Parts: sequence; C-alpha cells; structure tokens
Amino acid sequence: MSIRHHPAETTLIAYAAGHLDEALSAIVASHLAVCPRCRGRSRLADGIGGELLDSAEPATLRDDALDAVLARIAGAGPETAEPAPRAGRHGVAAPLGQLLPERLSDIRWRTVGPGIRQARLGETGRDPEGLKLLKIAPGRSVPRHTHRGHEMTLIVSGSYTDELGRFQAGDIADLDGEVDHQPVSDTGEDCICIIATDAPLRFEGWVPRLMQPFVRI
Amino acid sequence: MATVRSGGPTGATAAPEIDGVALLARVAEARCRLSFADLFGHFGPRIKGFMMRSGASEDLAEEVVQETMVTVWTKAHLFDPAKAGASTWIFTIARNKRIDLIRRRNRPEPDPNDPMFVPDPPESGIETVTRKQDERRIRQAISELPPEQAQIVMLSFFEELPHSAIAERLDLPLGTVKSRLRLAFRKVRDSVGEDS
Ligand SMILES: [Zn+2]
Ligand SMILES: [Zn+2]
Repeated sequence: MSIRHHPAETTLIAYAAGHLDEALSAIVASHLAVCPRCRGRSRLADGIGGELLDSAEPATLRDDALDAVLARIAGAGPETAEPAPRAGRHGVAAPLGQLLPERLSDIRWRTVGPGIRQARLGETGRDPEGLKLLKIAPGRSVPRHTHRGHEMTLIVSGSYTDELGRFQAGDIADLDGEVDHQPVSDTGEDCICIIATDAPLRFEGWVPRLMQPFVRI
Repeated sequence: MATVRSGGPTGATAAPEIDGVALLARVAEARCRLSFADLFGHFGPRIKGFMMRSGASEDLAEEVVQETMVTVWTKAHLFDPAKAGASTWIFTIARNKRIDLIRRRNRPEPDPNDPMFVPDPPESGIETVTRKQDERRIRQAISELPPEQAQIVMLSFFEELPHSAIAERLDLPLGTVKSRLRLAFRKVRDSVGEDS
C-alpha cells in the first residue's frame, strides 16, 4: 500500500503534545503504525516536548515527594507483563483496525443521505466519541461542507476525489475549518472511510443543514 | 496564558547537564536507587514546572510527578537510547500520565506487536549514535527560533487547546499559526538532518 496523503506536521505536533482528542489520536496512531516516515517526525515532535521539559522552570516539590515515590517503588521490580497485542484488520492497523468487525459485511449501516451510509465503529467495544464509519456509493458525494473543527479521514477501501486531490486506501485526509470540500466516490466500488472529528461539520445550503441532525457526521 | 520567557525557551534556566541515559541504565541494570534519586532531583521539579505552566493545579502536578517517576522506575529497562533521549522518554511518560489523570481517557498509540506494523527501515551508520546528540541539536534549534515561531511552539505544548483556539486567542488566522509551526518544525528537522 503506497500512502500519498499523510497527517499534517501540525497534527503530529498536537499529538506529541497530547492535545488531540481520542478519536483524532486513533487516526494518527493507526497511520503511524504503517508509516515509518511520519513515525520519525512524531519522534522528533516528542523530542521538542523533551527539550521543553528539560528547560522548564523547575518548581519546588513538596518535602515528602521523593520519600513518597521511594516508598511506592520499594519492592517494585521491572514491569514484565506484556500488554495484550492489538491487531489491525482489513488493511487498517490497530487501534482503529481492531474496532472493525471480522467481516466488513457485518457492519450495520444506516442510510443518512442519497448513496451515503454511516455506521458506528466497534459495535461491541468502546466507540470513542467523534469516530464514525462512512460509506459512499460509487459516483455519490458527501454534501459540500466546511468544518468547525478538525476532521481526519482514513480511507479503508475504494477512493474519493475532492478539491484537495484523490484519496485511496491508506491515505489520510487532514482538514481544518478553512477547507471547504465535497468528496465524490470515484470508482465502481463503495468508498469506505473512518472519520474523526472534534466538532460537527458545517454544511452549505439548506437541505444538508436540515439533514444534519440525522447525519451527525 | 503562557508567555515566552525572554531569552527564549532555553534561556536562563538551561538544565545543568546530567547524564540521563547513564542514570536510566543504572536503574535498569542495578536497580540503583541513588541514580533514581538523581533522576528525580533533575526531572521531578521540571515535570512539576511543566505541568503547572500547562495549567495544572499544584496537586495534579505533584501527582503527575509521582506517577511518572514510579513508571520511570518500573519501565527503565524498556528505555532505548537509540530511539529517544532521556528527557524525551520521560516527557512522553509525563504527557500520558497527565492525559490519564485529567481525562481518564486513552491516547491511542501505534503497537509494534500489531502484525500490520511496518518497521523502520534499517538505519544508516550515522544514525546509530544515541539520541543525546539529537536532543542537543533540537535544543539549539529551538533556542534559535524567531520569537513568533517559538511562541507558537510553546503554546502548542503548554496550552491544552487546538491550534484553532490558539489562533483565536492570538487574533491570528489559523493558517498563520500553522505555517509558523511548520517553519519551526522544519528548522528542528533540519537540525537533526532529517531529510524528505
Ligand atoms: Zn505518514
Ligand atoms: Zn469534510
């Protein structure tokens, strides 16, 4: 899988700072698992955090702070328990892949507009707020919209084209409030993507606006 | 709101040199409490300062220090100096503890045990030195940033806000905030010789 569209560097910095919400972080983390290039940049962004920590103004700790920690580590050996391995699915790395059902045909879709269906992610497990699956039928489009906040999309299968280019399986579309776009599913197969937002989208025109309470994308 | 200290982020309080990598190695190999106390003496007050500057209460800041340092003790053997410098590694622990304590939420991370994980390409010989050198270069690059770029870098780390909120607060277009951050990041990337 060759990835043509990556998360913005500013997004990797927000992830390093710990200021991306869980849904957006899940998209970034799933990309980092398969993209050594962005992982290198993410490490560099961590390095900026390390430098800001090292040069932070030291604040005086409470008198018993060291003793309290020493008491807690008394007898504590190295942590050896291996965390349960998390596996991706359908070409999507963990942590998002593990939220997908074993068969994509098991996804329970809800029609939310002409040729557009939506589903929850992780029917049985946790469904981090702000994460949705979207399926766009061939030739159909998501109504033109801008974003109040940050929207990141990971394309799972199929592809779409919008003002920013063509997005195929594995690509990330990383958009902020200044982008206005209308993704069109551009092959003979459905375009399935995972969308994370930290604020509702803003549709243009009155019909999509009326639709919004039902769509919630 | 955080302000940029005169003299830049590394100004007057530049850290006295400690060899965090060696101290962590002694904690990992010998469970050396003296080395651990040295790490605590250096990083404890800085974690607290960093957290309070990020808007944490004193109680929360102390809690993050405790949780972080306990994890430093129990996970020292997992520290890999080829992957990160000591400050960077401890920063990532403190960042995650803070998210844990404030939001009781996850920060999803890539899992190297995921069968889909794509490993790093083999490194060239130049890169196999420890990351300590990188940390010095990053420090140097940050200290040389123009003030308006340094300000955005600091706000990005210290303010728990999306970049759009930082833009609003500074009364700047979001595009300006992002381009300053990109320029700053480009300088940091250049300083460690990262290409592409
Ligand atoms: Zn990438
Ligand atoms: Zn959109």
